[in-house]
Amino acid sequence: MLEARQLETKLASLYKAGKIVGGVYLGKGQEAVSASLGGCLEWGRDIFAPLIRDQGGRSAFGEPIIDCTRTYLGSAEGPMRGRDGNIHRGRPTSGLPAMISHLGASVSVVSGMLLARRIKGELDGVVGATSIGDGGTSTGAFHEGLNAAAVEKLPLVVAVANNQFAYSTPNERQFACDDLLDRARGYGVEGHDVDGTDFLACLRTMAEAVDRARQGRGPQMVVARLLRLSGHGEHDDASYVPETVRSGPYGRDCMDIAAAQMVESGYADETEIESWREAVTDEVQRALATAQREPDPNPWDERWEARSTNLLTVTDP
Amino acid sequence: MSVAYVDAIREAQDHLLREDPRVFLYGQDISHFGGAFKATKGLAEAYPGRVLDSPISEDSMIGMAVGAALEGMRPIVEMQFADFSSIAFNQIVNQAGTHFYRTGVPVPLTVRLPSGGTPGSGPFHSQSMEAIYSHYPGLVVVTPATVADAYHMLIQAVSVDDPVIYCEHKFLYRWLKSSGIEGDGLPLGAARITRPGKHATIVTYSAMVHEAVRAADRMQEEGGWEIEVVDLRTVKPLDMDTVLASVARTGRLLALGEAFPWGGVTAEVVSRVSSEGFHLLDAPPKRFNSRDTPVPYHPKLWAAHRPTPETICLAMRELLSY
Ligand SMILES: Cc1ncc(C[n+]2csc(CCOP(=O)(O)OP(=O)(O)O)c2C)c(N)n1
Repeated sequence: MLEARQLETKLASLYKAGKIVGGVYLGKGQEAVSASLGGCLEWGRDIFAPLIRDQGGRSAFGEPIIDCTRTYLGSAEGPMRGRDGNIHRGRPTSGLPAMISHLGASVSVVSGMLLARRIKGELDGVVGATSIGDGGTSTGAFHEGLNAAAVEKLPLVVAVANNQFAYSTPNERQFACDDLLDRARGYGVEGHDVDGTDFLACLRTMAEAVDRARQGRGPQMVVARLLRLSGHGEHDDASYVPETVRSGPYGRDCMDIAAAQMVESGYADETEIESWREAVTDEVQRALATAQREPDPNPWDERWEARSTNLLTVTDP
Repeated sequence: MSVAYVDAIREAQDHLLREDPRVFLYGQDISHFGGAFKATKGLAEAYPGRVLDSPISEDSMIGMAVGAALEGMRPIVEMQFADFSSIAFNQIVNQAGTHFYRTGVPVPLTVRLPSGGTPGSGPFHSQSMEAIYSHYPGLVVVTPATVADAYHMLIQAVSVDDPVIYCEHKFLYRWLKSSGIEGDGLPLGAARITRPGKHATIVTYSAMVHEAVRAADRMQEEGGWEIEVVDLRTVKPLDMDTVLASVARTGRLLALGEAFPWGGVTAEVVSRVSSEGFHLLDAPPKRFNSRDTPVPYHPKLWAAHRPTPETICLAMRELLSY
């Protein structure tokens, strides 16, 4: 969480300084939800398909931070080699698919990965998770994906960050059911509700959902209520979020709450938390500096080929 | 023994399931029912757990296949009709098509599209989608026209690391029969000279290969014309070497297809021959497609919507009289 917040704060500054092209999309205010999901998953065994506001989950799952800085800065050494940017990155052969922009599309991809493991006899104890926003739950892909996962009874966890807005569109223009959890019921999927600003509650809820999926109870849907504490991207000032909402309970910063909860529960004291912050700052600086030193992709050396195979070599195996 | 085109598709899938544990089939009504066209008949029983019925969710069917491919499987997805792959368009072109270029990790999956018109099928069970998918980078698009190709090209498609759109023609399913599935060993991306000739070339693919051959036979009987028919077999990538070599021999080109006329495979062929082989041409290259309306339901309208041997002959006479 700390890493995500610090990293994204730096990325926002770099964007404002004109050092990042395209856009920067922050998960500010959503770190508790995202990181608690990522933290419940195990790199090398589980699957996590992060979406737009998941730096917290990526770090907690185990994506190296350098993947982020390299992709944002367009380094030729990064996993996407300048061919895709920002949050559109992953390590698809390590259980971390690289998202496409089209919302809802990851639900079925994770399901397919889980289905493959089942056919191979390697599904035991595995969980696949993905994230989505309130707006993304309106897509056909989301409905199709969750329904198909439920039919196959796959160990899928879908974390919905209901941050009350999809870009500028408020929930009342997005869906007409009382609660997004109604959707889970509609698919025969177990639903979990949580206050997304409450770190400990998020941890407990995610752990519960992930455990249930692991135990073979089929897909789980977690709906976390919160607010994104930034614009949709750094180009957006989010002026459409009314002041009353910002100052309401969803406007609380999960980072402050998490720190207070750590101290209160005796898990860490202020000095320890400060030392974590410093360690993270160093790590973030190093990852940014490394990516900044690395070469850009070279259009002259680029392999302008979207297929991996020369077909004329393909005869009957 | 006589093998129908659809049986070859079934046999190929049987072979693939038997030989390759990475292969599984996913689609609507394909398990115990055997598929809308019976292309998977008996396979669910022979390969338990590897022939799976899907919900009517084309988007998620392809998303699932991409995920499975990432995990080392070789999924074959059956669309019930090519027309319904429009619902999966996003997953096909944006998820599967971009994946290798973006990440360096290929997604080996095969999408079977029961394509093209049959009498009475109407606007939504008749479409030819090859041009749409060929437009997008990252996909291989194949259009087998013979029983042997239906068999061998499906096996080859599954061996390719990239997503392959396998367009199988519904009109050929039962109508086209052959004594066996013995192939001629052509690789996937190679076109075939189906009928040699010297006065003009028809470049075509899928069911239109048979209409072109009929038209060519008539032209021979009527006027002694020797028309060469090139079967593209794979429309993306195009085998321009074979096409240009044929045009070099004949000097005249008709690009023929069943798909809608705006853009598409025939436009690509004419455009590439015009720019890469302009000096080979003795007449302006021609295109002939179906009409620019939805595919009509009534057999009489349908027959007048698509190219037929009669109308192909008309186009050929024009081409030859230039
Ligand atoms: C299918 C699709 N349509 C539109 C967009 C453009 N878009 C990107 S993010 C976004 C808002 C998403 O809102 P939500 O799902 O609530 O997530 P949040 O941004 O609030 O985290 C939109 C409309 C998209 N990426 N995908």
